[in-house]
Amino acid sequence: MPFFSLGSEPIRDRDRKLVRGTDHSKGGRMRQLFGPVLAILLGTAAAGAVAQDARYLAANCANCHGTNGKAAEGMPTLAGMSADALTSAMKSFKAGTRPASIMHQIAKGYSDEQIATLATYFAQQK
Amino acid sequence: MSDLPFSRRRWLGGLGAGAALGALSACATTGAAPDRKLGRVLVVGAGFGGATAAKYIKLWAGSAIEVMLVDQNPAFVSCPLSNLVLGGSRKLDQLTVGYGGLRERGVIVINDTVSSIDPLLRKVSFQKIADQSFDKIVVSPGVDFAFNEVQGLDDEAQKTILHAWKAGPQTVALRQQLEAMPDGGVYVMSMPKAPYRCPPGPYERACQVAAYFKEFKPKSKVIIMDGNPEITSKKGLFTKVFAETYKGIIEYRPNMVVTEVDAKNKTAITEVGDKVKGDVMNVIPPQKAAEIARQAGLVNANNRWCQVDWVTMESTAARGIHVLGDATLSAPAMPKSGHMANQHGKAAAAAIVELMSGRQPQPQMMANTCYSYVDARNVIHVSSVHRYVAEKKTMEAVAGAGGLSAEPNQLEGAYANAWARNIWNDMLT
Repeated sequence: MPFFSLGSEPIRDRDRKLVRGTDHSKGGRMRQLFGPVLAILLGTAAAGAVAQDARYLAANCANCHGTNGKAAEGMPTLAGMSADALTSAMKSFKAGTRPASIMHQIAKGYSDEQIATLATYFAQQK
Repeated sequence: MSDLPFSRRRWLGGLGAGAALGALSACATTGAAPDRKLGRVLVVGAGFGGATAAKYIKLWAGSAIEVMLVDQNPAFVSCPLSNLVLGGSRKLDQLTVGYGGLRERGVIVINDTVSSIDPLLRKVSFQKIADQSFDKIVVSPGVDFAFNEVQGLDDEAQKTILHAWKAGPQTVALRQQLEAMPDGGVYVMSMPKAPYRCPPGPYERACQVAAYFKEFKPKSKVIIMDGNPEITSKKGLFTKVFAETYKGIIEYRPNMVVTEVDAKNKTAITEVGDKVKGDVMNVIPPQKAAEIARQAGLVNANNRWCQVDWVTMESTAARGIHVLGDATLSAPAMPKSGHMANQHGKAAAAAIVELMSGRQPQPQMMANTCYSYVDARNVIHVSSVHRYVAEKKTMEAVAGAGGLSAEPNQLEGAYANAWARNIWNDMLT
């Protein structure tokens, strides 16, 4: 982490980073003391990391479909769409079986795994 | 003329209230978290790249990161759709959006000009407000024109020979020149060698002016002097539109690198001495990263553009400074477009949030869509998807993805309008 200075930070931020598992240099004693707790927290943090990747990936779509999938008039809203419906739409765009002006071209740029991530993310947006 | 149905008034409403320094005290803090505990970020330039970066850092980090956004203009004016002002189907105020939405989000928006950036200390001098230091700086300044590469295009000549390649007063002035031109006149547009801002833009402009002539001044002509050997974007589609829809109006001339103008005689002169005279002269000069990028030592490619790490958008010349948009040395097959700059802004925002939180940034996907209006209603697009290739340390277009419209169509005319409203929302609210 070349751009990051640990020393100047408040304690609570260091702790937060430990939980996210990115700072191994100062984790030894913490792990001894709070090992089982940390394990549970790390499990949660792993899910959190996935959610963060999802929000960044979903931002790809926002240019046309609105921030977090909430579109202005004239474009389909993705927020709140069921994961099945979005996955099915993207896969048929990708396969060329669903006609489109542009999505049949864009969908081909995303893996099935990325489509699943996007579908889960947009389904969670209210 | 069609009115955009969203509320421009609401967007513009924040403009006066939050002007300049007033915004400093209005910095919104939400929740109980102490403000800017992860630090502060300055974003230089509030266009498609910078405004998006500022908005998304706030969206993802909340009050933990203070975000200051500085621009010399008091409101955003969209280059996309601005060719329609020349064609007559839009007015510039329909493409103008204030920064009130970003202020409501807690971004400190300053109407000022950055005088200098110290890339080592990340200390910044402004024209109006006091010097300040930042943990990270995002530089999204767009392009400057290399007027010196066109002999005779001095300050005086620039009063009559416009570029109109930054949406604003020049867009309106060029429209006025076209309106004042008598029927039977000639509009000459010269465009530089690639790379330049908005690859399909000059050809769209030719179509818009030709559409206006076809309806109101049918004896008039459009001459494109292209500095490139062939049409650089949507070639097949534009070739067909020029030959069919605008037959007898648009004349396309490749390999015409304009290196001199004779403003008095309204003549553009190429590197080999060919002269083209018109009644309205529109010279789009060669381009380079804007001056503030050069001053900060960020220009390190061809003495013109800024190289970046495509995972973080961080400059390869200065740590902690991220460069976005048209000022970058584009990755292969990546256009200098507003849509692309928006995607750069999100990649930079993600990297900054991750780095300032002590995590490792991951490569982001990017996609691009460029719509071009061939008349007031019919549109063609080009699209692409880009992903990071670690072994080459760059972004590449995903093979098999992306593509073109089959032909100009009104459905995409509606989508192009909706695209604009959505991307302005995405960056400014």
